[in-house]
Amino acid sequence: MNIKNIGISFLILFGFWLLLNGTFSTPVIVTGLIVSLIIPMWFCARCDVFADMRLTPKAFFYTFIYLFVFGFELVKSNLDVTRRVISPKLPINPGIVKVKTKLKSKMARLILANSITLTPGTFTLAIEKKYLYVHWIDVQDKDVEAATKDIVQKFEKYLEVIYG
Amino acid sequence: METLKIIGAVITLMGSIALLLGALGLVRMPDLYNRIQTGTKASTFGTMLTLFGLVFIFPGWTGKLIILILFVGISNPVSSHVLARNAYRAGVPLTGKTTVDRLAEDMEKKNVEPKNDAQ
Amino acid sequence: MVNTILTISVVLILLSILLSLYRFIKGPNTADRVIAFDVMTIASIGLIGLIAYFDNRIVYLDVAVVYGLLSFIGVIVVAKFLEKSL
Repeated sequence: MNIKNIGISFLILFGFWLLLNGTFSTPVIVTGLIVSLIIPMWFCARCDVFADMRLTPKAFFYTFIYLFVFGFELVKSNLDVTRRVISPKLPINPGIVKVKTKLKSKMARLILANSITLTPGTFTLAIEKKYLYVHWIDVQDKDVEAATKDIVQKFEKYLEVIYG
Repeated sequence: METLKIIGAVITLMGSIALLLGALGLVRMPDLYNRIQTGTKASTFGTMLTLFGLVFIFPGWTGKLIILILFVGISNPVSSHVLARNAYRAGVPLTGKTTVDRLAEDMEKKNVEPKNDAQ
Repeated sequence: MVNTILTISVVLILLSILLSLYRFIKGPNTADRVIAFDVMTIASIGLIGLIAYFDNRIVYLDVAVVYGLLSFIGVIVVAKFLEKSL
């Protein structure tokens, strides 16, 4: 359990270090290896952030699909917001709706909330256990179930596979 | 080589147009929450595109530019979420056009229930 | 060609910073000003990237990383402050 946490933190820190330096000379790699091994062992002795992550090939495959779906949604909804900003009548219909998520792990909920926030048109205002309160710039369904179908499900079906 | 640079420059131009539209939304929208919708997120997208365009122009800078893109993309949703939540708790009003507010309804319920228990 | 297009982008980014400066000055309450500040700093990160292109110095990108970090912390701190008093 803890090996997994330390391992994933180590990989992230080491990748960050290499990208920041931009070179692959020996001193840089050795320093990076040592420092990014010490930091997770020191600070991440009891953390459980990555504990629910699945490391199967299917999960990796779905991570890539998720990134593509997310990028597509990002571009699409940015175009939508652009249309709203430019048009002189300002066609907005804002409101706060309540949606429900099936995801159990904390990290998956965090990623879901961040994805909802980064696609313009919706952003997460508050999280209460399995309910998310979402501010929606163009409310189409006030009902919990229908709003869940519109906002959450396009991301949830992939995150369900990657996390438990 | 030259075409690749022009493609990068055009992507950067699209990013700066997105930034301009985000700022325009910031000025035009009626209340704080809609300003967050258009303002911060369109500008995040714009900055990500601007930096992504530079990847085509300077392939040697890819590492640092990717770090910047990831950093902007991860930190900005978090900061706008925290700001919106705390502003809502502090009572920043919603616009008059708002159609539905489930959070206020649920908060009201929670405030009512403990009172009933106390009596 | 590339230089011309990128100069136009610099002008557009400066315009967007000016527009958010309007919201920063006029904004009815603190939260609006913080949002305007957030947009200004994010636009500045893109601007620093373009300045790094014009001066051909990669070091400026480190400045942009630190700038983004400071703006993130600043927004979080002001948001925390808002919750307690306003």
